[in-house]
Amino acid sequence: MKVKKLEDGVYQLDVKGYVCPHPQLYTMKTLQKLKSGDILEVLFDNPSSEESITALCDKEGHEIIERRSDGGTFIYRIKKA
Amino acid sequence: MADDADRRRKFWAFSVVGIMLIISLWYYRVNPIYMYIIAYAWFGFAYGILLQWGRFCFASAWRDLFAIGVTRMFVGIMVAMAVFSVIMAVLAANQLSTFHPGPLGVHELIGGLIFGLGMVLAGGCASGTLYKTGEGNGTSMLALVAISFSQAIFVDAQGWFDKLLRGYIFPQPKFTLADKFFGKGLSLGEYFIANSIINTIIPTLIFLSLAYWFVARKGIVRRIIEKKAAALPADGGDVKLGFKDELYGFWQMITASKRTTIAGVLIGIIAGIHVMAMQSLRDKFGIENFGQALVKLGFVEEVSRRGTVFDPGYWYITTQEAQVGAWVLQKFGLNMKDNIYFGVMNGIPEPWHNPALLMSIGIILGAAAIALLNKEFKFKAPTKELAVWGLLGGTLMGIGARVALGCNIGAFYIRVAGGDPGGWLFFLGMGGGALASVKFLNWWTERQLKEEDFDIDIEIE
Repeated sequence: MKVKKLEDGVYQLDVKGYVCPHPQLYTMKTLQKLKSGDILEVLFDNPSSEESITALCDKEGHEIIERRSDGGTFIYRIKKA
Repeated sequence: MADDADRRRKFWAFSVVGIMLIISLWYYRVNPIYMYIIAYAWFGFAYGILLQWGRFCFASAWRDLFAIGVTRMFVGIMVAMAVFSVIMAVLAANQLSTFHPGPLGVHELIGGLIFGLGMVLAGGCASGTLYKTGEGNGTSMLALVAISFSQAIFVDAQGWFDKLLRGYIFPQPKFTLADKFFGKGLSLGEYFIANSIINTIIPTLIFLSLAYWFVARKGIVRRIIEKKAAALPADGGDVKLGFKDELYGFWQMITASKRTTIAGVLIGIIAGIHVMAMQSLRDKFGIENFGQALVKLGFVEEVSRRGTVFDPGYWYITTQEAQVGAWVLQKFGLNMKDNIYFGVMNGIPEPWHNPALLMSIGIILGAAAIALLNKEFKFKAPTKELAVWGLLGGTLMGIGARVALGCNIGAFYIRVAGGDPGGWLFFLGMGGGALASVKFLNWWTERQLKEEDFDIDIEIE
């Protein structure tokens, strides 16, 4: 698991290789530590986490501003509410 | 490059289907009665496709509810069960059901608790572990190995599982609510009222209402209020929520993840067709259990002392995995049939003769095919941390499944929809176990993030 700052207000969480519930749990916990308006880019390759992270953002009001997938890896950019 | 990779994935996806077709025809050529077990394989294939496409994992029902406050999968399994229960009532009324209730007792609660602890650690329930194996998930593969061997060893060690079966589990009452309320030889209405409405749909609505009120409502109501506030005139006014808004919110929760809900409906329908197809095939071949066919074909050493093998006639996961574990241990010279579970009840057929095992293989292949087509297949070797969780979780799931006489499918989904109230005990136990494991993982992930400092890069293995 890796967390890094890409630029001011933009962070990256890399949870590739992790199975449920780790990707969604780390996403939730990392988002809790960010400020409103910050962007979190989440990299994961556990397909089941796709729906759970979407549902989590929907519930908390965070906006998924970009979704990409590349060779089994999902990249979500989430703007914290 | 990307086109080449896509072509390769499609090639492998269609190869999986092609290989299954060729093997099916080969089985038929050897003996038409093998169509009975090939039917299991193809229903498994259909389950695998739907489970992977719908990200349909029973573990996440309780886990995501507790861990991140998401009701997606909780809704999915309730919908799947409600649909399946209606189909089961129709099949029961037409003598087309292979379902039989299990012993009702506290072992289901305890087994569910142990299973629930394990499924959260392993990252998937019994059926989830199979479809995730099909996605190339190494942690799930380890969990699968652990489920198989933990069950085989657990039922054979020291003979105490035999004592538990004889002394406590077998004497417990076995009934469906329709049996209890109306007796035998029932009409569709009686099956529907008792098994579907009372045993399944009403509890399902109660669980969904609780999930809405305590978990989903907050986020949904916030959105409703925002929408209503935006529609208010500029001079203001109060936003009021009424019962209609709550009903709308409840419906929003049900339809929040269309993919999961659609998968739930389709799984319920496929599970119903599966039950009907297996009963029809039994009638066609004049058997009640595939063990009779194996005996006729001369494979007597593969069946139990009663001449049977594990042949549930519906969707099931864990017993066939235990049989694989036992089959391997037998190859190392252990006598695995000196116990009730394998020796008297289920036998240890060769894997290629094992009806339910072909269904499990079908699930893995179905999930692999759809994951390949959707560019979601990826082999993921487990890290040391995940290997520990996978093996520990798989072992707990195996033990829990044996104590409860089934897993999230055999002890819960099928049983509840079939009208057996004991399935709910397993579900509640599973919830208790999941809550404990979620608390542990919360502590663990918090510990992993403890050194978190976004101004510097951190890496935690």
